[in-house]
Amino acid sequence: MLILLELLLTFLKVGATSFGGGYGMIPLLSEEVIIHGWMTAEEFRAFLAVAESTPGPIAINMATFIGSQVGANLFPNAVALGRFLGAFIATFGVVLPAFVIILIIVAVVNKLMEYAGVKAFLSGIRPVVIGLITATGITMLLEVMLGIKTLYGTVAFDWKALVIFLSMGAIYYPVKLVKKKTVSPILLIAVSAVLGILLYSPLLPI
Amino acid sequence: MEKFKKVLKLFLIMFKIGLFTFGGGYAMIAVLEREFVERQKWLADEEFLNIAGIAESTPGPIAINSATYIGYKIAGFFGSLFATLGVVLPSFIIIFAISFVFDWFSSLEYVTYAFRGIQACVAFLIFSAGLKMFSKLKKNPFNLILYLITLISFTLLALFGSQFSAVFYVLIGGGIGVIVYLIGLLVARKKKKNTPKDNAGEGGNE
Repeated sequence: MLILLELLLTFLKVGATSFGGGYGMIPLLSEEVIIHGWMTAEEFRAFLAVAESTPGPIAINMATFIGSQVGANLFPNAVALGRFLGAFIATFGVVLPAFVIILIIVAVVNKLMEYAGVKAFLSGIRPVVIGLITATGITMLLEVMLGIKTLYGTVAFDWKALVIFLSMGAIYYPVKLVKKKTVSPILLIAVSAVLGILLYSPLLPI
Repeated sequence: MEKFKKVLKLFLIMFKIGLFTFGGGYAMIAVLEREFVERQKWLADEEFLNIAGIAESTPGPIAINSATYIGYKIAGFFGSLFATLGVVLPSFIIIFAISFVFDWFSSLEYVTYAFRGIQACVAFLIFSAGLKMFSKLKKNPFNLILYLITLISFTLLALFGSQFSAVFYVLIGGGIGVIVYLIGLLVARKKKKNTPKDNAGEGGNE
């Protein structure tokens, strides 16, 4: 039961302190989930792909899934109930701060966003959040490519991961430049899945 | 009764948007505009721009922030409650269902190969999202320095297995924003004092 409280507090914290929407939430969410031992970094990345390729806000998709996974071990003979409680509490936690903050802004302090102090605070947050998101992408690539979490572990270079990463860029950027459209993440995920099967399975002798 | 109908309609529209929008909050803003400004004409253009700006600069999922705000503008507290519920519910149901089969599914042999490829793709998606946001950021020294310091220190610390939380980055960034703003005020004040009009001597305070 204590774990439900932990789940609630964690997601309240994530919901209240992450700027920049779902992507901005990823660095904080991954560190929380790994510190609590709720998921491994690999599971987190794998589910992130599911959250990106299903409809709805990424933050909600992640919260519901993590909550359900954590709740699964709650009651040995009522797994579905445990999953539901976990999913509900995590989703509630990530939504509540946003809901309350916006209500306060729209109903009480209409002009909050126009105060110079608030504007100055946000002006410092914006470049930091964008830096965090970029760094998360780089860190994830290094983790996948080197098969490591930190430099202290053994490094096993995986050139296939780098090939897949670069292939994504080779699809994404030319289309963006020529057609001025962004390729849908779902298409990229599908292509990378096929590449993964081709490169990693014993089907092809690479 | 009229209000009840409006809240119900709001809920159904948000549910539809939550069910059919892929790509998270930023993608959702365009859909919300089409629905509430163009089709229902419940919000004026200018008002919507204001809402989008606030949703992107307050903490939490962008989809939740905008749903809460739009709901309140249209039908008060119950409007915001049901708009938020509507946008969350489809995600919750879909992901909750997926969570039951995810562990089984992701342990299938060929799926594990696919997921290895997908992980590289997820790293790319986050990296490219960061770059895209960076390209829209104003390139002044303040933004560039904060962006680069965050990017480099977060990546390095992650590689050395440090636990400096993303929350602190965000708070420090906001703090720096406020400090730079205050210094700017002081400098402006000094300039005013140092360049008195013609009748120097007493230096009247304004």
